[in-house]
Amino acid sequence: MSDGNQGGVDLKVVGQRPIRPDGVDKVTGRAQFGADFHLPGMLTGRIKRSPYAHARIVSIDTRAAEKLPGVKAIVTSADFDAGAAGEVEAGESHAAMKEVAANCLAHGKVLYQGHAVAAVAATLPEIAAEALDLIEVTYEVLPHVIDVEEAMAADAPVLHDDMYTKGVTPKPGKASNVAAKHVMGRGDVAAAFKAAGVIVEGRYETAAVHQGYIEPHACVASWGADGQSTIWCSSQGQFLVRAMVAKILNMPLSDIKVIPAEIGGGFGGKTTVYLEPVALALSRKCGRPVKIVMSREEVFLASGPTSGAVMDVRLAARMDGKITGAEMTLKYQAGAFQGSPVNLGLMTAFACYDVEALALTGYDVVSNRPKVAAYRAPGAPMAAFAVESAIDDLALKLGMDPINLRLLNAVRDGAKTVYGATVRYSALVETLEAIKASPHYQTPVGKGQARGVAAGFWFNVGGESSAAVHVDEDGGVTVVSSNPDIGGSRASMAMMAAETLGLPIERVRCTVADTTSIGYSGSTGGSRVTFATGMAVVEAAQKVVADLKRRAAQTWECDIAMVEWKDGVATCTDPAKDVKPLSMKAIAGKTAKTGGPIAAEVSLNAQGAAAGFGVHVCDLEIDPETGRTTVIRYTAAQDVGRAIHPAYVEGQLQGGAAQGIGWALNEEYVYGKSGLLENASFLDYRMPVASDLPMIDTILIETKPNPRHPYGAKGVGEVPIVPPLAAVSNAVSRIVGKRMTSLPMSPAKVLAEMDK
Amino acid sequence: MSRMVVNATVNGEPVEFLAGGGQSLLDALRDELRLTGSKEGCGTGDCGACSVIVDGRLVCACLMLAPEAEGTRIETIEGLADNGHLHPLQHQFLEQAALQCGFCTPGLLMASKALLDRNPDPTETEVRYWLAGNMCRCTGYDKVVRAVMDAAADLRQAEKPR
Repeated sequence: MSDGNQGGVDLKVVGQRPIRPDGVDKVTGRAQFGADFHLPGMLTGRIKRSPYAHARIVSIDTRAAEKLPGVKAIVTSADFDAGAAGEVEAGESHAAMKEVAANCLAHGKVLYQGHAVAAVAATLPEIAAEALDLIEVTYEVLPHVIDVEEAMAADAPVLHDDMYTKGVTPKPGKASNVAAKHVMGRGDVAAAFKAAGVIVEGRYETAAVHQGYIEPHACVASWGADGQSTIWCSSQGQFLVRAMVAKILNMPLSDIKVIPAEIGGGFGGKTTVYLEPVALALSRKCGRPVKIVMSREEVFLASGPTSGAVMDVRLAARMDGKITGAEMTLKYQAGAFQGSPVNLGLMTAFACYDVEALALTGYDVVSNRPKVAAYRAPGAPMAAFAVESAIDDLALKLGMDPINLRLLNAVRDGAKTVYGATVRYSALVETLEAIKASPHYQTPVGKGQARGVAAGFWFNVGGESSAAVHVDEDGGVTVVSSNPDIGGSRASMAMMAAETLGLPIERVRCTVADTTSIGYSGSTGGSRVTFATGMAVVEAAQKVVADLKRRAAQTWECDIAMVEWKDGVATCTDPAKDVKPLSMKAIAGKTAKTGGPIAAEVSLNAQGAAAGFGVHVCDLEIDPETGRTTVIRYTAAQDVGRAIHPAYVEGQLQGGAAQGIGWALNEEYVYGKSGLLENASFLDYRMPVASDLPMIDTILIETKPNPRHPYGAKGVGEVPIVPPLAAVSNAVSRIVGKRMTSLPMSPAKVLAEMDK
Repeated sequence: MSRMVVNATVNGEPVEFLAGGGQSLLDALRDELRLTGSKEGCGTGDCGACSVIVDGRLVCACLMLAPEAEGTRIETIEGLADNGHLHPLQHQFLEQAALQCGFCTPGLLMASKALLDRNPDPTETEVRYWLAGNMCRCTGYDKVVRAVMDAAADLRQAEKPR
């Protein structure tokens, strides 16, 4: 492990803002995303989807479709291996493969509108579309349930006959939609409330929201006659796609090669499979490559949003503002299959604060909605919305400045989290202080405007990663990364390698390898890539430096301890030797005489990913006639350890804040009485556009570099979506004059509250 | 399925392709001409990832039928750089890290070019409203808006008589 090996003082590349290595491809239209790939003989695949929220599949008749000229293959869940089971690592959680398979192609029942029931591959898109119409599915429509609390009711339609609530003893006597109950806590909560000087409480709701990546899911799959298959797709992990497809189609991993395309956004939503096993099953049936691309409507209907939630929170505090106890109950929608991030909601809810007594309960609840997928800090933003709203209430009740109240309660190093970890290398206090001192917070709130403040936490993870560093014959370097580059990670990988090797950034290029060209890596998720894969890159570069020094020592016939490597040049420190320094280029050009090519690959399991904290402040105004909220000024501060490429770190803060603002103000899945989604388009699912937002100022807190990473990096991608929901809501509540408890705070909702 | 021959100029070069009556210009560009730089994010004209310039007008290629392209001059992202030299907009997007995943970038660049073609000195508000038809989920638009304004300044500087 790279503990403590930090450059710090004279970093030359880390902390600079070079142009990303893949930049030109992405501004000239050359970058190949999921839908851009084309093979000779390629067929178009299309998916037949359920028109109902909940129904039993009585029969699927494909005979008429099969006869249509140009149709080459049709698959249903019968073409998957029914025995597919076990779990696969998927971002921040594990995925039960039986359920992933049943989500890709429904087995027995359809559980939400848009649930895939069959797929067709044809020579032309028009033929594929016609074939879908010819596939006759007979359904027995069942009662449905959409709302999370209605789904928990005793008389609710049950989605899965075999779902008995986990985490409850004794085991429940009958099946229900509550997949699991999670309980977490410590201390004497009853005593805390009994002794409290002040108590605040509230019930909060958030709507299901979609990750909203602009690139729909897309893949090309090609099965070989010997079983060896290739998949080109955009995903957050080529190894994850390989593992899931192998399980669902019962194939050996080594027979599947997954080539990662550029990925047009994911935010957690591309840490699973929807199309890949279907496309490969089609290709297996007809022996031709099959491309499937989702429409935007399909993305909304059938790919993961994140959970809507209902949350009850209660805080006990002393009159000086010190929070002594808290109770919280979270009910999270899981969608059609178990696996909401409710446990992560429990773990993160109070992670910013040192609260002695906690009683936290969470319910993972299925209903007739698409299965949720990870979304940036999964589970945390909703819980933070409730907690940070309650803390705002506390500040109002006590007449305290919201930053000072949070400073009083903020976690410091050494504190224990409710899930047992010890807080280390944390800079929440510094982040709060930075917001307090910021020009934004120091400026009085504008006339007719209000200000909201909120904090947020995310764990960040490490885990398994691989990377290679190859020295080219001319002294340049190629870095091979194992993770899809979702937001500029090629730049940070190349920069860390350049820093370690002492090369200018222009001499280091970075590529993202397919599953056969580099060792295993976990997905691009959990804010782990710069930390974990970056650690592998640095360790590989360190091995290369050691090799370069060895070869210089061999050339000079001196002790390796007398070789110094600096700025890409080996220098002999032995005063007895009269030799000229050897450059990277000189050593790289003579490798045949010194032991062969110079390269190193490192596979590791990175530990010590430090958690991150963010504090956001938001000024906004509301049009009293329409109820429309306009964010006027926004500042996001974050504990980032050390920013490898500060511009891309700022970009993470700005992008996360924008998504959070959308979550707070506009975005939601809207269902009608028949259980059908009413807004499956970008026109009706209202994400922020450029004219909705102001500039988003950022403050990067670098006072606590992570000592477990060679250059001090902490994960930065997820924290910034945690605070905005409450930062916005706390400001809106000030203007409306009462606590806003339900997201999104759409104009209609705000107007209704103002008129009450 | 009957298809018709369409003649147009794409990025200054004459092209001829076959198009179905119901095929969008976007599908023709991507599938017939293999110009895959224009992206489909929605297919309904909401996201702007397919923004191209047709006879000087900014359009969503997903909303225009391919046969309607007959006789038009079409500019796509593939033609924005001039003989391998990046356009100032492309240069500023890279300098300012105005892209993360890069999927919306071609559309944003073409929309920005259409703006600067008619308004060489836009205000921040004008940039934000002009680009309101181009969704970006990664950046929060901050760096995009800055890049467009700085590219406008670069272009004005280049236009100045010496």
